[in-house]
Amino acid sequence: MSAEESSSPTALLEFRKVNTHYGAVHILKDVDLAIYPGELVCLLGGNASGKTTTLKTLLGMVTPTSGEVVLDGEVVNHRPTSYRVANGVTMVPENRRLFKRLSVKENLVLGAYLRKDKDGIEADLEYVFELFPRVKERLSQKSGTLSGGEQQMVAIGRALMSRPKVLLMDEPSMGLAPALVQQNFELIQKINDEGMSIFMVEQNANMALSIADRGWVLQTGTVVLNDTSEALLANPEMRAAYLGES
Amino acid sequence: MSATMNAPISGSSTAPALFDLDWRRIGTWGGLCALALILVSLIGMPVGLDRRMIIEGRLSLGYLALLWIPLLFGYVVSKRVVLEGVETPDPGARDVLAGFCTGVLSGLGPVLLILGIDNFNLREPLVNWGPPLLEQLTFGRGTGFGIVAWFGIGAVLGLLGSALHVLPKDVRRVISFVIYGLLSISVLEAVISDLSEGFGLESLTDDMYARRGGLTVKSSIILAVVIGVLPILTKGRLKGATNHYKELQGEERKRASMMLFSGVAGLCIVLPLFLGKIVNELLANVGLFLLLALGLNIVVGLAGILDLGYVAFFAVGGYTTSVLTSAESPFFAPELHFGFALIIVIIMAGLTGLVIGAPVIRMRGDYLAIVTLGFGEIIRLLFMSDWLKPYFGGAQGITNVPPVDLGFAVVTGIDPRSVFYLVLVFCTLAIYVSWRLQGSRLGRAWMAIREDEQVAEAMGINTVNAKLMAFVVGAMMAALSGAVLAAKVGSVFPNSFMILVSIIILVVVIVGGMGNIAGVLVGSFVLIGVLGGPRQPGLLQEFQSYKLLIYGALLVFMMLQRPEGLVPSARRSQELHQEEFLQDAWLKGEDHDTEEAAAAAAAGGSEGTGEQA
Repeated sequence: MSAEESSSPTALLEFRKVNTHYGAVHILKDVDLAIYPGELVCLLGGNASGKTTTLKTLLGMVTPTSGEVVLDGEVVNHRPTSYRVANGVTMVPENRRLFKRLSVKENLVLGAYLRKDKDGIEADLEYVFELFPRVKERLSQKSGTLSGGEQQMVAIGRALMSRPKVLLMDEPSMGLAPALVQQNFELIQKINDEGMSIFMVEQNANMALSIADRGWVLQTGTVVLNDTSEALLANPEMRAAYLGES
Repeated sequence: MSATMNAPISGSSTAPALFDLDWRRIGTWGGLCALALILVSLIGMPVGLDRRMIIEGRLSLGYLALLWIPLLFGYVVSKRVVLEGVETPDPGARDVLAGFCTGVLSGLGPVLLILGIDNFNLREPLVNWGPPLLEQLTFGRGTGFGIVAWFGIGAVLGLLGSALHVLPKDVRRVISFVIYGLLSISVLEAVISDLSEGFGLESLTDDMYARRGGLTVKSSIILAVVIGVLPILTKGRLKGATNHYKELQGEERKRASMMLFSGVAGLCIVLPLFLGKIVNELLANVGLFLLLALGLNIVVGLAGILDLGYVAFFAVGGYTTSVLTSAESPFFAPELHFGFALIIVIIMAGLTGLVIGAPVIRMRGDYLAIVTLGFGEIIRLLFMSDWLKPYFGGAQGITNVPPVDLGFAVVTGIDPRSVFYLVLVFCTLAIYVSWRLQGSRLGRAWMAIREDEQVAEAMGINTVNAKLMAFVVGAMMAALSGAVLAAKVGSVFPNSFMILVSIIILVVVIVGGMGNIAGVLVGSFVLIGVLGGPRQPGLLQEFQSYKLLIYGALLVFMMLQRPEGLVPSARRSQELHQEEFLQDAWLKGEDHDTEEAAAAAAAGGSEGTGEQA
């Protein structure tokens, strides 16, 4: 599955020399990324390295100052978020961030906000229930009352409801108990096994690399490493900086 | 279970434990209660409200304003915090004693006041510090009597309040029915007399109410008995009926809903015919504010945009109608028919919503609130300004707005019933629209934005457009209300559109229940109908001078104690109970699906600790 450096034209989602600024502050510096169909890739980095900005730029909540964001072969720099969502990019936000006072069902249906095909939405609901039988039991419950693990399921379900081609995940391990983190990563892998391309932003490098095909390492807005998971796990520099080994 | 657990303990240890009270708690609540009594006395409530009788010659609203305080504090002080896993002792003699002590302590408030007024003259800063209050507090029988009486009253009321916990549930139900029932019947005197007159039953109410207002002693006793029997008779039936209704499916449910709806509609249409002018006027006001509140409910309740300048759209509606229909409009007076004007009113409201909304909508939270507050005032000041005086008449406003000629009937302020019917039509429309919107895609988008704007955006919702739509829909409803107001009053003045209107509508929405149509309905009836609007008197006209105080107190209380409003939607509360049940089940591991998760958690837990080490 792991694609090589060469930026083949089949990339689902791509950054070409992307630069972004918040005001005058330079956040992303000439970032190149590519996600190919069916891949599970992760973006690693410490605090303030630009991970979340990368996601926001991918989704169109931040517009790059230069460079190109390419979605399925089309440059989408100036397309709004709604366009990108409609064309196959969805995010599972950090800390899940469900619509707490809305029911689980309402949350899921909101995930399919841009879709008009009622039958398709019904079918996808069923698919989500199949993936997460627990979600079905909690359907009429307010999502804020669910346990952390259940919330994560709903958050992923909500994202799947837009029928994305690539799923962006912002810190899926954030705020979860160790047991649930494990469970969560198993979930991500399971979804990936079913053919969904996943782009995951993580601080928990060990965990992320254990399931990912490839990884990038971002440091103060610059990609410093880009390799397969195995290679990254073996990389001494990487081990020193992110895997907690001296 | 608590009975069995408690019996031996209380049996052996009640006597020594009786005085082992939480004195600090009693001191705090008793002191607060005394302060509350002093405050209420000094703002003039007892004297000012003394003329409104609840029970003829026995109890006036003035005394009631004081007496309910020790009762409430007595109830609160002995309220128990139920802690999970800790056996909550059954309420008993100790609780009643705590209430008693709190009550005695609270008596200190009026007593200090009596002594103070008797000996010092503080009239200068405190307007109500004087003989009338002293007279009131001492029941006109001298200082000594007053002092003894207040300790006694405090003690009895505190005791009664705390005793409510001890009484069996059914008795408590009967008591609350009697208290609320008598109070409602007394407060609704105008409505009930009106109704009985309309139905030709004056003789009944003439006996019920005293000539100078309030229930007669005899009728209050009879009513108390009648009302007291009610909960015993209806016990469980009401709940059964609503449950039955909830369980209905498909066609049957539809039929029941239709019947319920036509029943309410019929009542709304028929009842005003039997009501007099004053009550109809009141209903018309309630309707006007309900229309406003429904609009604001969409903006604040559904989309979560805290718009404090909502009155602007009310003003736009009123002024547009006046300019288009009045012959006195200073600059442009096409003298259109109300119906045509209405179309333009709605368009104007939509445009104003867009114009004000576009810059404002990009802000969040506090900033948005402040900016809308500013816009609300700007609109009023513009209508008031000399600059626009040639168009809108400045402070003199536009007068001579003609009544609405519908062909078969004329809606005019002189006949409040006609106004009510007109408002009823608009309100029904607004309720229908709100209801449909709530379940629509747009409604869901609004709620998503309310919950988490960024994530809503990430779901592909165009948040700017959706928020603008909320602004526009809200503006249209407010403008409709403004149009009816113009036709009802026959004129518009800038000062009818003070910032206070925005605030009161907001309180109605919050107190009723944000994002909840039934809540907004109840809120309008309770607040506008009973307390009155910014300029419109309610059923309790005596409260006129204290209205804002009560609004404020109510708002604070609701925000602290019941942020979901008076009417949390039934669906939600049902869900909550279901959730509790499910979560309990989950915690106990009764759920089959969760066994896996529990196992995983156990396994992962050890792993996790290993990782950390």
